[in-house]
Amino acid sequence: MSPDLRTTYLGLPLSGPVIASAGPLTGRLEDLLRLEDAGAAAVVLPSLFEEEVIDEELLLDEHLEQGTNSYAESVDYFPVLPELELGAERHLRLLGEAKERLGIPVIASLNAVHPGSWERYAGEFVAAGADAVELNLYSMATDPTRDAATVEAGYLEVIAGVRKAVNVPLAVKLSPYLSSTAHFAAAAVATGVDGLVLFNRFYTPDLDLSTFGVAPRLELSTSADLRLPLRWIGVLRPQLPATSLAATSGVHAAEDVAKALLVGANVACMTSALIKKGPQHLRTVLDGLESWMEGSLYASVAEMRGSASAAGVADPGGFERAQYVRLLTDARRR
Amino acid sequence: MDGQWACLDGNEAAARVAYALSEVAAIYPITPASPMGEVADAWSTARRRNLWGGVPDVVEMQSEAGAAGVLHGAVTKGTLGVTFTASQGLLLMLPNMYKIAGELTPAVIHVAARTLATHALSIFGDHSDVMSARMTGWAMLCASSVQEAQDFALVAHSATLRSRIPFLHFFDGFRTSHEVDKIKLLSDDEMRALIRESDVRAHHDRGLTPDAPVLRGSAQNPDTFFQAREACNPFYQAVPGIVAEVFDELAAVTGRRYGLVEYHGAPDAERVVVLMGSGVGAAQETVDELTRRGERVGLVAVRLYRPFPSEAFLAALPPTVRAVAVLDRTKEPGAPAEPLHQDVLTALAEAGGPVPTLIGGRYGLSSKEFTPAMVKAVFDELASPGPRRRFTVGIVDDVTHLSLPVDPDFRIPTDAVAAVFFGLGADGTVGANKNSVKIIGEGTDGYAQGYFVYDSRKSGAVTVSHLRFGKQLIRSTYLVEPGAADFVAVHQFNLLEKMKVLELATSGATLLLNSPYPAGTVWDHLPVEVQQQIIDKGLRFFVIDAFRLAREVGLGSRINTIMQPCFFHLSGVLPEDEVVPQIKKAVEKSYGKRGRTVVERNLAAIDRAIAELEQVAVPDRVAGELHRMPPLPDHAPEFVRRVTAKMLAGEGDLLPVSALPVDGTWPTDTARWEKRAIALDLPIWDESICIDCGKCAITCPHTAIRIKVFTPDALDGAPEGFKSKKYNSRDLPGHLLSVQVAPDDCTGCGICVDVCPVRSKTEVKHKSLNLQPAIDHRDAERRSFDFFLDIPEIDRTAVRHDTVKGVSQLQPLFEFSGACSGCGETPYLKTLTQLFGDRMLIANATGCSSIYGGNLPTTPYARDAYGRGPTWSNSLFEDNAEFGLGLRLGWERQHNEARRLLDALRDRIGPLVDDLLRADQGGEAGVQAQRARVAALKEVLAGPEFADDRDAARLLMLADELVEKAVWIVGGDGWAYDIGYGGVDHVLSSGANVNLLVLDTEVYSNTGGQASKATPRGAAAKFAAAGKPGAKKDLGAIAQQYGTVYVAQIAIGANEQQAVRALLEAQAWPGPSLVIAYSTCIAHGIEMSTSMTHQKDAVGSGYWPLYRYRPSEDAEGHPFHLDSKQPNQKVTEFMAAETRFSMLSRSDPDRATMLADLAQADADERWRLYSQLAGLERTVPHSAVDPDPAEGTTNGHAPGADGPTALGSATTVTEDRP
Repeated sequence: MSPDLRTTYLGLPLSGPVIASAGPLTGRLEDLLRLEDAGAAAVVLPSLFEEEVIDEELLLDEHLEQGTNSYAESVDYFPVLPELELGAERHLRLLGEAKERLGIPVIASLNAVHPGSWERYAGEFVAAGADAVELNLYSMATDPTRDAATVEAGYLEVIAGVRKAVNVPLAVKLSPYLSSTAHFAAAAVATGVDGLVLFNRFYTPDLDLSTFGVAPRLELSTSADLRLPLRWIGVLRPQLPATSLAATSGVHAAEDVAKALLVGANVACMTSALIKKGPQHLRTVLDGLESWMEGSLYASVAEMRGSASAAGVADPGGFERAQYVRLLTDARRR
Repeated sequence: MDGQWACLDGNEAAARVAYALSEVAAIYPITPASPMGEVADAWSTARRRNLWGGVPDVVEMQSEAGAAGVLHGAVTKGTLGVTFTASQGLLLMLPNMYKIAGELTPAVIHVAARTLATHALSIFGDHSDVMSARMTGWAMLCASSVQEAQDFALVAHSATLRSRIPFLHFFDGFRTSHEVDKIKLLSDDEMRALIRESDVRAHHDRGLTPDAPVLRGSAQNPDTFFQAREACNPFYQAVPGIVAEVFDELAAVTGRRYGLVEYHGAPDAERVVVLMGSGVGAAQETVDELTRRGERVGLVAVRLYRPFPSEAFLAALPPTVRAVAVLDRTKEPGAPAEPLHQDVLTALAEAGGPVPTLIGGRYGLSSKEFTPAMVKAVFDELASPGPRRRFTVGIVDDVTHLSLPVDPDFRIPTDAVAAVFFGLGADGTVGANKNSVKIIGEGTDGYAQGYFVYDSRKSGAVTVSHLRFGKQLIRSTYLVEPGAADFVAVHQFNLLEKMKVLELATSGATLLLNSPYPAGTVWDHLPVEVQQQIIDKGLRFFVIDAFRLAREVGLGSRINTIMQPCFFHLSGVLPEDEVVPQIKKAVEKSYGKRGRTVVERNLAAIDRAIAELEQVAVPDRVAGELHRMPPLPDHAPEFVRRVTAKMLAGEGDLLPVSALPVDGTWPTDTARWEKRAIALDLPIWDESICIDCGKCAITCPHTAIRIKVFTPDALDGAPEGFKSKKYNSRDLPGHLLSVQVAPDDCTGCGICVDVCPVRSKTEVKHKSLNLQPAIDHRDAERRSFDFFLDIPEIDRTAVRHDTVKGVSQLQPLFEFSGACSGCGETPYLKTLTQLFGDRMLIANATGCSSIYGGNLPTTPYARDAYGRGPTWSNSLFEDNAEFGLGLRLGWERQHNEARRLLDALRDRIGPLVDDLLRADQGGEAGVQAQRARVAALKEVLAGPEFADDRDAARLLMLADELVEKAVWIVGGDGWAYDIGYGGVDHVLSSGANVNLLVLDTEVYSNTGGQASKATPRGAAAKFAAAGKPGAKKDLGAIAQQYGTVYVAQIAIGANEQQAVRALLEAQAWPGPSLVIAYSTCIAHGIEMSTSMTHQKDAVGSGYWPLYRYRPSEDAEGHPFHLDSKQPNQKVTEFMAAETRFSMLSRSDPDRATMLADLAQADADERWRLYSQLAGLERTVPHSAVDPDPAEGTTNGHAPGADGPTALGSATTVTEDRP
């Protein structure tokens, strides 16, 4: 008998433990359908970045207004189009279409900037049919006058606001740079989130040597990047037994999924590997997972989940910082 | 909105009906009729249905001639056809109009009547275009208001079907076409009631079909033509009756009653004016006022002009009439009377019985204001014992003394509130005012009218909005008059210094000023003239710092939704509690499609506006030393001070006839006198890191960044702060270089900063040019620029003309044009004038380049210290290539004649003759040497031995033509790809030594962004609102096929050096040259401060490959030089960055993706083709035999042969100094 791959995430029953997380592949309906065919148990649509939406709207407005009502022969310069679909509408349309065409849960992701916007967009996601909302708490703490506690309090305020505004399951995608990850995770859960996604991969600035300009760049992950989520999921699983945990960053192969599940993840999220190898790679990973489970005598994902978390391993200290020290020490001995 | 009241302009009012009643619309853009075609195209794209449930086909043609041809074909097939046009467009339709009428085929042309170009082009309104169509056999119906433009559109479509006579429905360009008015919309049922299905069926059944074949359009001979031409008479005789019948039916369904001619006024009137068009409104008001005062006056408004309804006219005239004045809004030079006057005269004369005194006059040409005071002047003239038989009104004619005196103080009392708003195009004033008219017109039971006066400049353009609000129908078809405005809003503080904004205010009016200064301190910052008027007129004075508020809510410089609530709050035209909700509703409607952010920011502005308004306690006396700016410095030339200054001051209407040139010839070099100071930021030069590259100067669209190279002694007397640096050049050791901004001419577009390639080593954002607040630098830069101008220009032979660095040091003879800020066209023209300006003749097609090149009051083409410079003319839109060829042939004729005479006088003049005849003028040195020879020749010829010699006198007259001239034929893509293409092709095939520069913005920019055949696939443009489906025409490839044409494709922002090289090679090529120049435009939807660097992406993606095709006489020559590198990015990435493409992906993503994929394929294939062409061997084909080899005329002249076209011009451009 094949192992039972079913799991739950944010309270949603899923057919398997691998979901497609926010990225270019989840931005087109045809790719979403291919992902579902390949066995994705859920999809997270690309984040709606409020700043991007605002920029798009303002830039469009600026370009359409340029030179208008200035000269008698050319009162304007563009045709009147029926309806322009701007950033937010585009997201909502994709969400609506995905809900209509897909049988798996569709999770909407959000990064807002203004007070009230988080709640408003989350509400619109729910109205468009989102099965869950993932809050992409992405911000750079560059203000020297704001201490860590203030920053975290701000995050919690956002969570509380959205929790109050919508009644679908709520996930929070965490930054790996929190000073006190475990504390914040607990506080987030206490504020009402149903799941934590560990961790966000940030665009990082690069410098363009031809223009001397700052150019954002996102490198695709490798399996090595999985180690950070592994550590924290391993640590948090026993602390937050009722909370969904999703491993993201570095999930490329069946072995990566197995590790994530073992340390306590409900689901493993894939993006980079699917961009590199295509949606059908997800099927390969699931097949590999099944083989591994069979070889390791696991009958179900539920059985695996957390069996090697900090509570399950013989040496829980191995998840902590000391491990780094020992690694160096071992290296010297060699 | 069926059956509803609505606020719209005359164009939309007419087009709405035309669309509903048509199956095929053939369109072509022309001001002021373009919006009719635009809305028809937009509705068709949106699948809006006509009265029968079908979606009309709207097809853009290559010209109005083409549109008329399509119309002719469509109606000949039995479908319902329509077109829209004006002015020159109507002239191009005339041949087909004769045909359509001659074949008794129903059709309608809606005309926004506009001035025909004569001594000058004018985009404004009068009847000279429609009067040129009088002989075509089309019925002509004239609407005088926006309501009538709608209603008469229906009457025209109905009557043409009933009568079989095609109808020309016209209304006044701008005054009616662009006036926003409250009208009652016709419902579908009302339209249906007037369109009889039996007429539609009969029209259909007369259509050509092979199922019942007929022949139409035969050729007839003397035996039958005449009789056949008379056979149509009964149809014309029936037209007045049919139109009257349709008018009656319209009255029955709408309650709005019209007549063929309508009388208005005293039943026992003795004096009557006759006129048609928008002037009727002003005349009606005047008649009402004068009859109220007891005068026996009236007016006859002519509705049906052709066939002229004599009977109805005579019936309309009160029997008491003793004197009639007919007013014509046109001029027919040499005619015994103007057209309407002649018709009235004929009707009266043929009526039998006594003919009243009949006089006729012209008024309102080119939208000249026509006011009640002018109408009264006509009545006064009729009352005088010996009225002038011919007169003009509205101008001062001090030459032929035809003009009537007008009482400047005559006003019509009115309950309507009149408001004027002074703003800039960029601040949203006009848009807000259009909304205000709608708010009152559609949201209340009151009436509203809006009319908008725009600038003659496209950058920093001032707008004046004239609004009226009232409880009664508003008939005032003229601007708010001086002293008549109840409300004056000044949306830009600095306009107080430049314009007489308070002249229009009435006593006790309200003044609303957008002021950076609060109520407590603003007074001291006002010019004393403004203070005095505020005191004298007892104005209520309010200020608001709208720019600060706009910044705070994230609206940038757009202050419309801040000023608008203040207007409503202060004017009382809307109940106070409705102000904010109504404006918010309008904002939602206007900006809803632009996304939530834009709406929310505007709503936030509305919420804060009224609260921030402050009333100023007006002192009882003036204070301070600040005065309005004088329009011009005292040392400006006499003509500029006498004429141009008046126009700049907004007083051009006051110039008498004698002040103006009789033939349309104006001095060049006048833009330099107009100092507009519109830049908020100025580029400030850091000489310490400058590398002398010249990129800033060569790409500056406004010629506001200048470079001079000079010896150190030139710095004597330099003002403090004048900057210079060591010039790095082995050719000119010991010289200094200055980069100087013209602070009052710069628009602050930022292009120079964007293109500057050097950066500070310690702070990479700091370049050699950096934008800084103008307020901190303007005074110092003014002093520096004045000094800079006095530094002598470099010797033109001392610098290389084939490098960017060299060209940037040559004096530009095109400066400070009014083109859009960041214009992509003007750098090419400026560079041309730097290279060849002192010997250049320019034929300029109508379009942006003719507007910023030749629109008064000031023009940018300049002169050098010797008085030389480009001489410029615009013939038409459609004939520019031919016009330029004519200029070339004219010069060659003069040149050859001078050569012939030189030869004839060889023995008496001596060795100078051979020097003159054999001169190599291929470069600057050669040209200068020839000029020196010509000067010597003139001295010789002026000597006593030639005193009575006819040949010598003639040679003296022609001597300057011995110097090589550069003929450049300039225009946009609308000209070269579409309307003028036939001429372009012919001129290219002629072998003539002319140069064509196509400023390719890939769209009809000047008329507001309609698609041309240069528009790329996937771009959304007007007339291609769904994205242009077909690929751009490859004009360069077509031209190359001749084999004898020099062809180049350039993009100065991407590769300045290649552009300069191509322009030099084009000029040097002894046959025709075609240079296609990529011109970024605001119609592309890009950030215009990156207008030049953006071109790098156009080239880098393969969207716009750079090449030069120089025909080679070498059998193994490779004429095609591909100057671009292999594309390094996708065309689709380039497209995504421009709104013209990206807006389609927001309205129809699937179609956008499909078209983008095809556009990528276009580019890939074009690159593949060009790559292969680069390896192609080709030699110049043999040309036709010269018809007159002895004189070396141009036609068919083989390059390199002897004669004027080869005078040194076969010289290859090399890297050598010229």
